[in-house]
Amino acid sequence: MLCEECHQRQATLHFTKIINGKKEEMHLCEECARDKGEHIPGSNSYSIHDLLSGLLNFEQPMGNGGSHPSRASVPKQLVCDSCGLSYERFAKTGRFGCSHCYKAFDPKLDPIFKRVHSGNVRHAGKVPKRAGGRMQIQNQIDKLRKQMQQHIEQEEFEEAAKLRDQIHDLNENIRDGKGDA
Amino acid sequence: MSLQRFISEAISPWMKKGPGPEGDIVLSTRIRLARNLENYPFPIVASEESANTMLHYTSKELAKDPYQYVGNLEVLKMDDISSNEKRVLVEKHLISPHLAEKAQHGAVMLSEDESVSIMLNEEDHIRLQCLFRGFQLNESLVLSNGLDDWIEEKVTYAFDEKRGFLTSCPTNVGTGMRASVMMHLPALVMTQQLNRILPAINQLGLVVRGIYGEGSETLGNLFQISNQMTLGKSEEDIVEDLRGVVMQLIQQERYAREELIRTSKIQIEDKVFRSFGLLTNSRVMESKEAAKRLSDVRLGIDLDLIQGISGNILNELMILTQPGFLQQYAGKGLTPDERDVRRAALIRERMNLEREE
Ligand SMILES: [Zn+2]
Ligand SMILES: [Zn+2]
Repeated sequence: MLCEECHQRQATLHFTKIINGKKEEMHLCEECARDKGEHIPGSNSYSIHDLLSGLLNFEQPMGNGGSHPSRASVPKQLVCDSCGLSYERFAKTGRFGCSHCYKAFDPKLDPIFKRVHSGNVRHAGKVPKRAGGRMQIQNQIDKLRKQMQQHIEQEEFEEAAKLRDQIHDLNENIRDGKGDA
Repeated sequence: MSLQRFISEAISPWMKKGPGPEGDIVLSTRIRLARNLENYPFPIVASEESANTMLHYTSKELAKDPYQYVGNLEVLKMDDISSNEKRVLVEKHLISPHLAEKAQHGAVMLSEDESVSIMLNEEDHIRLQCLFRGFQLNESLVLSNGLDDWIEEKVTYAFDEKRGFLTSCPTNVGTGMRASVMMHLPALVMTQQLNRILPAINQLGLVVRGIYGEGSETLGNLFQISNQMTLGKSEEDIVEDLRGVVMQLIQQERYAREELIRTSKIQIEDKVFRSFGLLTNSRVMESKEAAKRLSDVRLGIDLDLIQGISGNILNELMILTQPGFLQQYAGKGLTPDERDVRRAALIRERMNLEREE
């Protein structure tokens, strides 16, 4: 097989790269592989701290614009209400404080993950059995709740009561840790 | 204590079985998974009380029924062992420097053959690691995956559909997995080919690090190749990409070795036997020199220039001549000068031990 870059030398290096689920194959000769590698600025040598503080500095204020900053246009400080960590502190240390920080800082995380994980922002790997099962149940509960709401609005209380019981049972399932469904 | 007994107690049983698959180039394979529990703050911000509760809860849950393929795990609390004992565990790659030095209520659970280690209260609540000799990525993946399932039956992980396993550091989120392969690449270093190959490897989201030594200086021509990216790719794909690159490196290292023998056999032989002479006769030896000479001798063994010495000697002595081990063998603290003397003696004795057998 010939190198896809120069089409002259034999391709001796074969690589697959997966970015957001899209598979890319590369067949390169050593020289072209090296050349391509040199385009990567700083390769892997950045530290997560530099990266995060860099992003923080570039940040635009999120308020509704205007040249005179009033109290209302000052962006609200993102804080995790579970562990109390502020986004600012996270950007300084490069470490989350608890699992809820991910939700609290979610609007700002994509650019960070993109930089660290070659453009990826979504998990594509293993789903743990129990947590996976719990998540399915949770999704089902959310769906049933919506249906129940509709029935209530249309005053179909008998239907709504049936759904309420189902939701109750599913909630118990989660509480008892029976997620393996 | 006799050296033989010290070695047999010091070296992890998993390593003693001799070199594994592709053992002339790949010394070991490791997979590490970072996991956290749902309802506890991460160890770095946790209060002392919360860290203590997490440790008790998790170690109690995991002790309930052992994982059938691994057996009982022994719990070692960092607060209960001496600083030199911690150092030795770091030198054996069983715990991280962070767990040894900084963790609050840190502990490690070790399998009997020391191929499985589960760190608790490291940067993440749980850091699970499986070590295999030689090139065994699949085996490592299967075992770490099984252990992960076993742990998940007992505790509730912090997991999010969108971001995967939630970790303290954004560089681990997603799979939480770091797969790494330790390689001995003397011919690629000698022929200066490695520096040409490294940028291409980096570009594929893999990282190459020297294992011993500081900064860019690597000791003993030992390199660790591992994945950088943990988000957006499945565990299998990450391992597959790593496997591909490692296979390439094995092939290129073998080719470079053949070339060296073909073009400069006598020079290689000279280098190997000079190093052999130094290792078997020196009275003072710095760790840097030891690493270099051990790498030469290991190459000599692989090229069949030296017979009757186990290829394990490189991994074994690279570990045994670290400061923590030397001090443990001596039974006391040692100054750097004293360590150099002890190191030379230990290597001499170890080399002769094998030749007498
Ligand atoms: Zn080319
Ligand atoms: Zn938090």
